[in-house]
Amino acid sequence: MVHWSAEEKQLITSVWSKVNVEECGAEALARLLIVYPWTQRFFDNFGNLSSPTAIIGNPKVRAHGKKVLTSFGEAIKNLENLKATYAKLSELHCEKLHVDPENFRLLGDILIIVLAAHFTKDFTPACQATWQKLVGVVAHALAYKYH
Amino acid sequence: MLTADDKKLIQAIWDKVQGHQEDFGAEALQRMFITYPPTKTYFPHFDLSPGSDQIRGHGKKVVNALGNAVKSMDNLSQALSELSNLHAYNLRVDPVNFKLLSQCFQVVLAVHLGKEYTPEVHSAFDKFLSAVAAVLAEKYR
Repeated sequence: MVHWSAEEKQLITSVWSKVNVEECGAEALARLLIVYPWTQRFFDNFGNLSSPTAIIGNPKVRAHGKKVLTSFGEAIKNLENLKATYAKLSELHCEKLHVDPENFRLLGDILIIVLAAHFTKDFTPACQATWQKLVGVVAHALAYKYH
Repeated sequence: MLTADDKKLIQAIWDKVQGHQEDFGAEALQRMFITYPPTKTYFPHFDLSPGSDQIRGHGKKVVNALGNAVKSMDNLSQALSELSNLHAYNLRVDPVNFKLLSQCFQVVLAVHLGKEYTPEVHSAFDKFLSAVAAVLAEKYR
């Protein structure tokens, strides 16, 4: 069971309340595909991913990025119960999508950098530490049902 | 492999780091110690309170070494040879930590450069830092 201090919960909700899920979700997924191009293997049906400009402008990337970050929002509502919250998604990624869980960790690190670029000086070291913990725990929960 | 475009982007970003080596380096180390507490085990002799002289001094040293690497992007192995020896034979820092500092240094760049830390810059810089990390780890065994 992961413990969240009152300060951590506050840092999570205060940042999340200012996140534009559509914009940040699209940007995080686009950056994942640009910085770690091998992650494109999961998106063969997404059309043109041939350059950073193509990836950033790709409507399927935008839509899926929003979906992913919306789902991440479920973590914030269920901090005390992440494994159960993500059990179905974990099974889906393992059994149907065959996504190596290492990719969850990469996306988490990318999301942190997206938040840092958006919030600049407000993304303090304490904030980073809490969010890095959060993306790590979410990645772990998503990998939990793999067998 | 860094492309010609990557190198241009890295050089352009580095021009903005100039003059802030100590601040950015200290902030990256501080972020690393708070975010990844096990990294503190390599600095038992340091005063790790935020902004301590030792953190500032070491931050400057780290960022200056990266600046040296930026100047020698075509020949990192040779440029970082001494540092590579130091890490392999003397410091023996587990290489997993290079990734952690890389993430924290990128957060520092994103925090200070904001929108200028574009996806293209992000990609180039991530490649550059992992190339540096690979050189630092190449003599371990």
